[in-house]
Amino acid sequence: MTSQYDIAIIGGGNAALCAAMTAAERGAKVIILETAPKAYRGGNSRHTRNFRCMHSAPLGPLVDDYSEDEYFDDLLKVTGGKTDETLARLAIRTSEECLPWMEEHGVRFQPSLSGTLSLARTNAFFMGGGKSLVNAYYRTAEKLGVSVLYEANVTHLELDRDRIAQIDYTHEGEAKYLEPSAVIVASGGFQADTEWLTRAWGPAAKNFLIRGTPYNRGVVLADLLDQGVQSVGDPTQCHAVAIDGRAPKFDGGIVTRLDCVPFSIVVNKEADRFYDEGEDVWPKRYAIWGRLVANQPDQVGYVIIDSKSLKLFMPSVFPPIKANTLEELAGKMGLPQAKLVETVKTFNAACGDTSGFHPTELDGVKTIGINIPKTNWARPIDEPPFYGYSLKTGVTFTYLGLKVDENAQCRAEKGSIRNLWAAGETMAGSILGQGYLAGFGMTIGTVFGRIAGREAANHAS
Amino acid sequence: MQADLLQEARRQAEICNACRYCEGYCSVFPALHQERFFSDANLTQLANLCHNCRGCYYACQYTAPHEFDLNLPKALAEVRQDSWESFAWPAPLARRFQKSGVMIALATILGFALLFLAFRALGSNGGEGFYAVLSHSAMVAIFLPAFLFPLASIAVSLRRYWQETGGKTITPSQIVGAFGSAAKMKNLAGGHGDGCNFEDEDRFSQARRHAHQAVMYGFLLCFASTSAGTILHYIFDIPAPYPLWSLPKLLGIPGGILMVIGTVMLASLKLKADRSLGAPSAWGGEMGFVLLLFLVALSGLLLYVLGNTAAMPALLAIHLGSVLSFFLLTPYTKMAHGFYRLAALVRDEQRKSTG
Ligand SMILES: Cc1cc2nc3c(=O)[nH]c(=O)nc-3n(C[C@H](O)[C@H](O)[C@H](O)COP(=O)(O)OP(=O)(O)OC[C@H]3O[C@@H](n4cnc5c(N)ncnc54)[C@H](O)[C@@H]3O)c2cc1C
Ligand code: SF4
Ligand code: SF4
Repeated sequence: MTSQYDIAIIGGGNAALCAAMTAAERGAKVIILETAPKAYRGGNSRHTRNFRCMHSAPLGPLVDDYSEDEYFDDLLKVTGGKTDETLARLAIRTSEECLPWMEEHGVRFQPSLSGTLSLARTNAFFMGGGKSLVNAYYRTAEKLGVSVLYEANVTHLELDRDRIAQIDYTHEGEAKYLEPSAVIVASGGFQADTEWLTRAWGPAAKNFLIRGTPYNRGVVLADLLDQGVQSVGDPTQCHAVAIDGRAPKFDGGIVTRLDCVPFSIVVNKEADRFYDEGEDVWPKRYAIWGRLVANQPDQVGYVIIDSKSLKLFMPSVFPPIKANTLEELAGKMGLPQAKLVETVKTFNAACGDTSGFHPTELDGVKTIGINIPKTNWARPIDEPPFYGYSLKTGVTFTYLGLKVDENAQCRAEKGSIRNLWAAGETMAGSILGQGYLAGFGMTIGTVFGRIAGREAANHAS
Repeated sequence: MQADLLQEARRQAEICNACRYCEGYCSVFPALHQERFFSDANLTQLANLCHNCRGCYYACQYTAPHEFDLNLPKALAEVRQDSWESFAWPAPLARRFQKSGVMIALATILGFALLFLAFRALGSNGGEGFYAVLSHSAMVAIFLPAFLFPLASIAVSLRRYWQETGGKTITPSQIVGAFGSAAKMKNLAGGHGDGCNFEDEDRFSQARRHAHQAVMYGFLLCFASTSAGTILHYIFDIPAPYPLWSLPKLLGIPGGILMVIGTVMLASLKLKADRSLGAPSAWGGEMGFVLLLFLVALSGLLLYVLGNTAAMPALLAIHLGSVLSFFLLTPYTKMAHGFYRLAALVRDEQRKSTG
């Protein structure tokens, strides 16, 4: 079958859409193959909230300026230097022209005064969040003549020497194939494939919750890696945060986050504390607790606070478990009662002068003389009613991905694959070796989506 | 009010409060974010602030088939509808009319019948023009109570609303703020000025905003026209009919045209929109009411055009009959939403000023 399409794009999230619009604007006939049904289109991108953007002067909703070097330094801090500087700087530098481009393609941003104030300089917030961005892009793409096939699950890309010869996919229960002249992979990571996570992480991964889409199962990624396409990143690495233990297995998204840890003590199922709850402020603290909880028995943790802390953090999606005594709380949460009471007693006894308590900054209000200290916000848990949340590990994304060059092109051992490009989460490991910088996922997807779209269109024409 | 509707709105409001992605769309979200636990009164106020623009629905990553099953426009529409029914006085009438287009149609027909009867029984007393069909004093005797009763009824309802939502003494600046929002339909602008998501899924469009503006300003012009007529009649002793270059006509004709266009647009938008994002039980009542407004405006215009023909008495009966039902139904139909909306906007100004 000779395909009527110049370019086939695998995936239907931010990176795919940016590639599709760019290629269509250059005259290419483009088809998007999205495995999800329409209601779930947009992958993890529909759960996002903002976009990190360099700018030399106030830009759209962004105030002041945010230079390339400052942005790059921020990236170095979270990745501990594990980044490809050329690609990272390319992403950062190009982000500045992306924001107006996004607006031209239908994205609307929140005015700068709303949202999280401390991010008003670095991150532009989407009005309505990522799903409204995805909706706007689908509208624009369709206007540009891009075809979209939902529930089209790509299973195999046939690599023939240095080019992709064929795409196999299933649609409406039938096996189908396409032979476009160019292919862009934008199908995300593999975090929704628990088997794969378990192979990489060990059995603990069975208890992980997946914060985003159930459709990013790494099918195409695995298929390409099997055929010798080069990869970057570490299969054992994933970005994980501690989220509400009652969250759904998939797709809980942003609302399942819990911001109460710094005002709490966190215990495991034996009612033992296991880490300094006051170590750092958001967002660092947010990211470390995913791993901490993953290393506890059954991969669960329990946050205990008392009534004086209840209003100090963002509202949570599920109401906390509430009890008038610690014994009752332990009972309701399935924790050993005597042990929890003892842990709290020991902790309370170690709290000192709390007059310097300050909820929004590192206040140095710490415990003295206990084995696992709490170095900030350490106040006794003593004012009933008491409240509790359970914690589980919530995976955001995986790091293993396709290695790309500055043109977003993929390579096999012998050199570039002539008609294969990758964009978004599926190649983000090329830039983000570890850690995560809020809003950078959308930056990578937008920048490399546009590059991939441009290159593929040039190739096809 | 119905506990299950409130409970469902509460569940959804709590999810939104943890999410906050929609904060820029309308006034509902900033008001919502100020609470942590939602009382029935909070929910009533949020529900009456919501303009059913549906922006938050199409932006939401938690709509069905997601297990969170969010549909905030619907949840708020149902609480809103229920609140009007429970605040309305006398209440049993409200339930009938709010929900049923059929009841509105029946009331309108009853309005015609009464007017025809009045023509027969009361007659002209020797007046000219319209007054040849029904004398001016008879018209006043019928329409004055029909006008005053709804005002009294709405006053009672709004007082109940104000008490329920903890309203405080109103200041002029709050009134200015609230009328400003209403005048521009700020809450139907999507926060970014592109409009709302009413008739074609997630596409932003100004259609509903413009249609609503046309009806609102058209209605206000017609109202001003009637007031001008009343003043001319009583103060300047110039009775109807008025010529084209007179205040009642200069206000009334564009007003009538705007209302006709606006109601037709609103009805067609309603037909295109997804019914499951509003209060499905209220759909018929809302549609019935839009059609009644259309009839009021159209018959008024026709009366002007055909006022010197043999069709006049029949048209007059239809016009006055629909106006009569419109007035009498005002407290119990979608028309009441305008009053509640203003109250909610004033209340929201109070919230903003107390921070
Ligand atoms: C809860 C949450 C919040 C986040 N918030 C932010 C934020 O605020 N800012 C930010 O920058 N980043 C954020 N991220 C990270 C961000 O979501 C990703 O970096 C970004 O969405 C990746 O975009 P993408 O287009 O590469 O992948 P996705 O948006 O995940 O798209 C991948 C697409 O591929 C499809 N697909 C998968 N396999 C196949 C197949 N075999 N065949 C066909 N289609 C397939 C999927 O259905 C999906 O549509 C967040 C992530 C999560 C989970
Ligand atoms: S409607 Fe959905 S996206 Fe909007 S604030 Fe509520 S939960 Fe978030
Ligand atoms: S439907 Fe529109 S007006 Fe109502 S809450 Fe949602 S965004 Fe606000």
